[in-house]
Amino acid sequence: MRALTWHGKHDVRVETVDDPDIVNSRDAIIKVTSTAICGSDLHLYDGYIPTMMKGDILGHEFMGEVVEAGPKSTLQKGQRVVVPFTIACGACFHCGKHQYSACDNGLPADNQDIAQTLYGQPMSGLFGYSHMTGGYSGGQAEYVRVPFSDVGPIVVPDGIEDDKVLFLSDILPQDGWRPKMRTSSRETPSRYGAAARWACSRFNPHF
Amino acid sequence: MDDAQTRELRDDAPLPAWKHGDAVDAATDALIEPRGDQLFSSTVTINKPRSELFAYWRDFAKLPSFMDNLERVDIIDEKRSHWVAKAPGGATVEWDSEIVEEQPDTYIAWASAEDADVPNSGRIDFRDAQADRGTIVTATILYDPPGGVIGKVVAKLFQREPAIQARRDLRRFKQLMETGEIATSSRNQAQAQQERQ
Repeated sequence: MRALTWHGKHDVRVETVDDPDIVNSRDAIIKVTSTAICGSDLHLYDGYIPTMMKGDILGHEFMGEVVEAGPKSTLQKGQRVVVPFTIACGACFHCGKHQYSACDNGLPADNQDIAQTLYGQPMSGLFGYSHMTGGYSGGQAEYVRVPFSDVGPIVVPDGIEDDKVLFLSDILPQDGWRPKMRTSSRETPSRYGAAARWACSRFNPHF
Repeated sequence: MDDAQTRELRDDAPLPAWKHGDAVDAATDALIEPRGDQLFSSTVTINKPRSELFAYWRDFAKLPSFMDNLERVDIIDEKRSHWVAKAPGGATVEWDSEIVEEQPDTYIAWASAEDADVPNSGRIDFRDAQADRGTIVTATILYDPPGGVIGKVVAKLFQREPAIQARRDLRRFKQLMETGEIATSSRNQAQAQQERQ
């Protein structure tokens, strides 16, 4: 497949790479129909994020069609889904409280050392965002392997255009993310960040 | 920046998987001298009842499903088992192990047979966590790293720091018990296969 790969500061390339397939039983393979470039992708592009490796596939805002589902996935072939940025297991203590970004099991065991050292505990995996967040291949590609696909992906009914739901993958829910972090559950929810986030919160009645 | 530092930064892979020529030799050269007994322990909290975790662990033949360095464990009888661990270059390190004490759903203590290449003993404890958070699992391991060539193989095997390996094995145990699978960022089965070697 073709995918956008990172090679260094200000050096990203569209290359042909190995196709993904089902590795674990809860995986699904998504054929990407829409993907976005996040402001956070610029941090990777500008070389500010450590633990990037040459050939890493970028992209964490994407949606598409399910083309293959593992035996324990709840998704079905042909469904349209928006895939959230976070990779969370749905079974640990934190997922039980819907604190998906604090998931204990989203990162491969070997990658958890970095987060544990920096933050005191592991965190969820993230698509296309350095090896500190798992080293998962991202969504600026033709196909993506989505782990724990029974937890994250949101099934989209037919008849709704991609552009209307794509932002569910990251920017829109991110505004509600901070008050849900485990360390700040008792703090006053605060708004922070860029104008896009402000706009999401301003115009979304749920926030 | 000297060579050793460059190496550190180039690769976050497990030591036996490093691709840079002499990286493993350089990392283990300092470890050839015997250092005496090494003791370490690691703990993880798992969102499952004690009995379920104990039952899985007590069936030693299943341990290689989450312990990366183990090739297989053969059950000899109720108390004794034979352990085969991977070493670089397709070699293996083997030893017999015996349960010296156990309390169902609570702990297992073991010791290796006297002629083991790598004398080791330890215990695995299962305790209830507070506030319905499941079970606190603690592995405590004592081993005597030998010197010489075998010592070098063992150092490679345990990636210099056995505590790191134990910590990662416990995390994989948690993932397997809580989610039914072990998280991997491999994009496809071919990559996953490569990583396991």
